[in-house]
Amino acid sequence: MDPFLLEAIVNGILLGGVFALPVLGLNLVFGVVDVVWLCYAELVMVGMYCVWFLYTQAGWPLIAAFAACLPVVAGLGLLLHQLVVRPLLSSPPITQVLATGGVLFILQGGAMLIFGTDFRSLGVEMPPMEVGEIFVSGTKLIAFVAALVGAGLLWTFLKFTYVGTAIRAIARDREVMPLMGVDPRRIYLVASAIGGTLAGLAACLLVVQLDVHPFIGLSFGPITFMICVMGGLGNMLGGFLAAFLMGVIISTGGFWWNTEMSYVVAFACFIVVMFARPRGLFAR
Amino acid sequence: MEGQTLSLEGIRAGYGDFQALFDVGLKVAPGEAVGVVGPNGAGKTTLLRVISGMLKPKAGTARFGAADLAALPAHALPGIGIAHVPENRRLFPHLSVEENLKVGAYIPSARKHFAERLDYVFGMFPRLKERRRQLAGTMSGGEQQMCAIGRALMCSPRILLLDEPSAGLAPLVVAQVFALVQRIRAEGLTVLIVEQNVAQVLRVVDRAYVLEAGRVVAEGTSAQLASDPMIRSAFLGGH
Repeated sequence: MDPFLLEAIVNGILLGGVFALPVLGLNLVFGVVDVVWLCYAELVMVGMYCVWFLYTQAGWPLIAAFAACLPVVAGLGLLLHQLVVRPLLSSPPITQVLATGGVLFILQGGAMLIFGTDFRSLGVEMPPMEVGEIFVSGTKLIAFVAALVGAGLLWTFLKFTYVGTAIRAIARDREVMPLMGVDPRRIYLVASAIGGTLAGLAACLLVVQLDVHPFIGLSFGPITFMICVMGGLGNMLGGFLAAFLMGVIISTGGFWWNTEMSYVVAFACFIVVMFARPRGLFAR
Repeated sequence: MEGQTLSLEGIRAGYGDFQALFDVGLKVAPGEAVGVVGPNGAGKTTLLRVISGMLKPKAGTARFGAADLAALPAHALPGIGIAHVPENRRLFPHLSVEENLKVGAYIPSARKHFAERLDYVFGMFPRLKERRRQLAGTMSGGEQQMCAIGRALMCSPRILLLDEPSAGLAPLVVAQVFALVQRIRAEGLTVLIVEQNVAQVLRVVDRAYVLEAGRVVAEGTSAQLASDPMIRSAFLGGH
């Protein structure tokens, strides 16, 4: 195989690993709370600024900045649920979407007010590694491994704990849960905190690869939603697999044509999938 | 252990403007098996929903021992010993049998005894043990009913509320389910069972209430009701 194509495929898989985290977070929150966090990519943006600020301005070690980012964004997820989503739980979906969409603009505007529109960089980049015939970015590889570890931890939690099992159960039937002693409101909080934590982890992995600015959410937010819908909204495994598929499509699209074109190809694939399988690629 | 009496007095309840229950009173003493029978739409399911806190009554009192059921949130009721097997079972079809049982053991007091309770439920329903890794939605109706009852038993309840356990099952399976109900109550568990299958249910309960259009129109021991001419003509196909 052409080593450049191979490199594009490998890069696509690595990219998919980073998409996978916000996709899992969005699907988890949607599956449990039944509300789409339209401002999800902006939560990631806040996490990126958090790491950037603590590392470059406050002089924290990078690992400490990462460790602080997770609870900060998790807390943001909890606040989002308590202040915006919870009062609207019985409102029509359009109201919920507009409300979380409003939070998107508040976070964007807030970031602009505090940090300005400059592109901020951590200035850490690891040298590319040579694997066989191809070059792989060390940062991307580490981000990929961290994303897989995060997804693995989430899976273990959902599969083996009481709360995790209740989360999988509530996604199917929320009314019956109190009969088993489960308080749905508490499960919503847990899901929102985990959704926030995943956004925080995604922020850590993205901030070492991309410069952060107030509109960074726009560069991966739409694609995240697209992947969720493509895998079947609320379907964790479907979203996880679709993230890798989309990563490879974008990356090889860039190989055949160019980077701008690759997103056009990705959206075209999305539209085709929606016509062929409106409920998602992996809908049962 | 001291048992608690379930007692309802003057319960009125409904959905929006629709009133489903009118001044319903009912008592279930510890260790008793009591039935609530009546035609479709009589308010039987609503009555169980009031007891398990899914629906708050508009008037009247509902107590289990000293606890005021209307004052507690629904999710607190398994903790005081009330387990409800809802209408249509409401299993989690995409989870395995064992995971369904695990959700049934969600409350802290049940988590501590998960292994024991699982053995107990598997002892009572060996079929569930054979199928513990199978997805609940892929089992037969009778097996799903066993799983739903097993899920309710996981929290070591004092009283088991059963809503139409025979609905949608073949006659042979219905007989099995009622045999299980008999076994559960033989172990000292209090049972309140709502049924349209009057002939069968009168064989397993001590007493029963007849509910019609949201009111209790008759009550008595199983023997009294089984020989009551009105009940016979209305429910038992007798003349």
